Amino acid sequence: MQTHFTEAQLRDPDTSVANQILRTCVHCGMCTATCPTFVLLGDELDSPRGRIYLIKDMLETGRPASEEVVRHVDRCLSCLACMTTCPSGVNYMHLVDHARTYIEATYRRPVHDRALRAVLAAVLPRPALMRLTLKGAKLARPFARLLPRKGMFALRLRALLKLAPATVPPASPTEIPASHPALGTRRARVALLAGCAQQVLDPAINEATIRLLTRMGVEVVVAEGAGCCGAVTHHMGKHDPAMASAAANIAAWTRELEGPGLDAIIVNTSGCGTTVKDYGFMFRTAEPGLRAQAERVSALTLDISEYLTKIGYAPTRPAPGLTIAYHAACSLQHGQKVTAAPKTLLRTAGFTVKEPAEGHLCCGSAGTYNLMQPEIATRLRTRKLENIRATGADLIAAGNIGCMTQLAGDTMPVVHTIELLDWMAGGPAPEGIATHGA
Amino acid sequence: MIAQPAPKRDVMARRDIIVAGLGRLVPETGLIADPIRLKPYETDGLSAYRQTPMAVILPETTEQVAAIMAFCHREGVRVVPRGAGTSLSGGALPMEDSVVLGLMRMNRILEIDYADRCAVVQAGVTNIGITQAVQAEGFFYAPDPSSQLACMIGGNVNMNSGGAHCLRYGVTANNLLGLRIVTVEGDIIDIGGAHLDAAGYDWLGLLTGSEGQLAVVTEVTVRILRSPEGARAMLAAFSANEIAGACVDAIIGSGIIPVALEFMDRPAIHACEAFAHAGYPLDAEAMLIIEVEGSVAEQDYMLDRIRDICNRFDPVSLRVSQSAEESLAIWKGRKGAFGAVGRISPDYLCMDGTIPTSRLAEVLGRIGAMSAACGLQVANIFHAGDGNLHPLIMFDANDPTSFHKAETFGADILRLCVEVGGCLTGEHGVGVEKRDLMGVQFTDIELDQQRRVKSAFDPGWLLNPSKVFPLKPEPAAA
Repeated sequence: MQTHFTEAQLRDPDTSVANQILRTCVHCGMCTATCPTFVLLGDELDSPRGRIYLIKDMLETGRPASEEVVRHVDRCLSCLACMTTCPSGVNYMHLVDHARTYIEATYRRPVHDRALRAVLAAVLPRPALMRLTLKGAKLARPFARLLPRKGMFALRLRALLKLAPATVPPASPTEIPASHPALGTRRARVALLAGCAQQVLDPAINEATIRLLTRMGVEVVVAEGAGCCGAVTHHMGKHDPAMASAAANIAAWTRELEGPGLDAIIVNTSGCGTTVKDYGFMFRTAEPGLRAQAERVSALTLDISEYLTKIGYAPTRPAPGLTIAYHAACSLQHGQKVTAAPKTLLRTAGFTVKEPAEGHLCCGSAGTYNLMQPEIATRLRTRKLENIRATGADLIAAGNIGCMTQLAGDTMPVVHTIELLDWMAGGPAPEGIATHGA
Repeated sequence: MIAQPAPKRDVMARRDIIVAGLGRLVPETGLIADPIRLKPYETDGLSAYRQTPMAVILPETTEQVAAIMAFCHREGVRVVPRGAGTSLSGGALPMEDSVVLGLMRMNRILEIDYADRCAVVQAGVTNIGITQAVQAEGFFYAPDPSSQLACMIGGNVNMNSGGAHCLRYGVTANNLLGLRIVTVEGDIIDIGGAHLDAAGYDWLGLLTGSEGQLAVVTEVTVRILRSPEGARAMLAAFSANEIAGACVDAIIGSGIIPVALEFMDRPAIHACEAFAHAGYPLDAEAMLIIEVEGSVAEQDYMLDRIRDICNRFDPVSLRVSQSAEESLAIWKGRKGAFGAVGRISPDYLCMDGTIPTSRLAEVLGRIGAMSAACGLQVANIFHAGDGNLHPLIMFDANDPTSFHKAETFGADILRLCVEVGGCLTGEHGVGVEKRDLMGVQFTDIELDQQRRVKSAFDPGWLLNPSKVFPLKPEPAAA
């Protein structure tokens, strides 16, 4: 597609990358069909092609982001279904990431919007603060019905309170940086991204991961100094805090790499995995040493399902006679293109695996999206749950805490894939699963 | 830039009043009139041509469409209907004084009748959406343009779209039973229905392929077909375009009609393989995708005969798909072919001429020579069985001389198609892209006769008027 940047504009490395991405797009429109917001809203402006055009125009003219552009870019889930569909290989993720940073730098949001974003950016990446906030939200929950029925602010607050779990689990010992030695002969040593929000909302995921890996002879280290991957702030366009989070992880893992050594960096929250795998790009203009470290970290990063496939997983328990609806998290299927591994592992573990219709469509979680855009997120959740229920499965398995929180509270239990794999390989049954027949 | 009719001064002067009036006809989110948000509507699948419209309106019901048309008719406002905006001929290119009427919110399947094998769908349902709605019951909708994932049935009707499987099942016109249309005056009319053949004149035939110039299609009754027992694709690779072209002619000439017979040349093979990972033969100059269907015995019999014919042309390789996944990947590459060319070139012009299959080898040779002469690369990806060529001329839109050369080269290819006994457009429509070449195909008398049909439906030339016909100072009277 034709672009209209001046040579001066193209000297800016970020604009130059945006230009290369835009030149790859041939404006064919295939992406519109698999975009959840286009499917729901039926407006080119709420499709990837429309957003690409809005972003292109904004960057070419160099004008500050306008309310109109922000509205449509904000509605993007960053589910990246468009990237799976795009035949031309347009890197929409890097383009929209850049647009978000540009918006953050040039647009002043309404005060309640700014406040919510600031709170989320401060709380989500910090487990202790988040635990405290969730407990507070739990107390505030009964007051949700007092909120007005209309208005974005009230809707968002209501969504926030609704998502807060009824019980906040106590902190798990796995939160403390430590090395978990392999049982028996050690075959590998990996770092686990312990994450931020996930270990507060559902510490059982990391516990299952560590149990399974150590049982399989893998030493698992939760590295000192590693924390939030940076995705939360990155997707809000908050460049500096995102880069600081990423840099802290790169430093922590580089120490492990150069010290005792690492065979892989394991991520069990696919939203985070997509970001960690992109560190190499995020630090492309950093000084060469840091850039090389970032690239090395990205290259070593694997989703837990990829790693288990690589080292070979085998169950030890008899098949439990359960049917699973596998919910493909967008960050896993579109962001990382990991599609077969989780399903194959679940089948290997002895489960019957069903794939819901419209599996490519986002469930509406999308990081903090369900808090920022509750109306669209709720419509997507309803649609997703209808498709999942139609499979007739006993429970839902997913590889991303965001989706798990979004899909929870309906008729079917939601668990992380790794909890099921751990269970079938000798671990405890995931909470809330009827273990009949197992 | 393409020439457009002069904007109507009185309409431009009343812009605010017109926009306010339109705003009363649809829900608030259904009207777009600010310059920033209008910009993404300035073009469609042919992004070389662009023009920001006066407004975009997104109705949700046929009644809203009727109200919009009545309003625009009263106010003398030009209307450009738009589906998914995937047109490769600029069919949805706006005019400065026009309202773009987007039908993508009308995306519901209204009725499916398996006993009588038909479905009633709104214009904004995607082509593949119809098949997806009926496939669990073992049915499908046959025409399958490569953009079928995104393109909408209303646009398919207006462009009489084809696709790979039209070799066996016919194009859109052959798979339609009825239409609900809104006339330029805003009247709602039903034509045909859930039965074979519409009563009276063949209005369906006239409206199909009318490029949004005669009426706005809001609902479509399509024929759905029983899915075949099974299908298998074969990849036949050759050492030259001309040889593959001759092989196509030999297959069709022997009386065998596969369900699909597709051609890809070397640049296309490489671009699509990078996208679809289908195991295309990267060492070949040209490749045919040949699909047969039916029972396993039928498939085997057909594939054996086709293999025998291919072997006469010294193929580089012959490979039959061994699984459903493999067939899916083979078609994913083919269906994403145009977009995949975006991997090797920033821009392309996609031509759409048809020729008799007996002239394939010769025409491919001449296109190759023309490409060498003008210095622009071509990727050939097309429905070979139908003789429907799609040379993709690769150029760089950031370089104006390159675009001009591409336009000239494209026109020369289409002239060549007409010269060998073919025509300007197989399935993409004339749009604005081939508008000025219509004189190559038709005499002035013939064109005037066609203009009179347009005038009979739309005396004021308000519906998509800048397309199909070379611009004339005054429209011909009915």
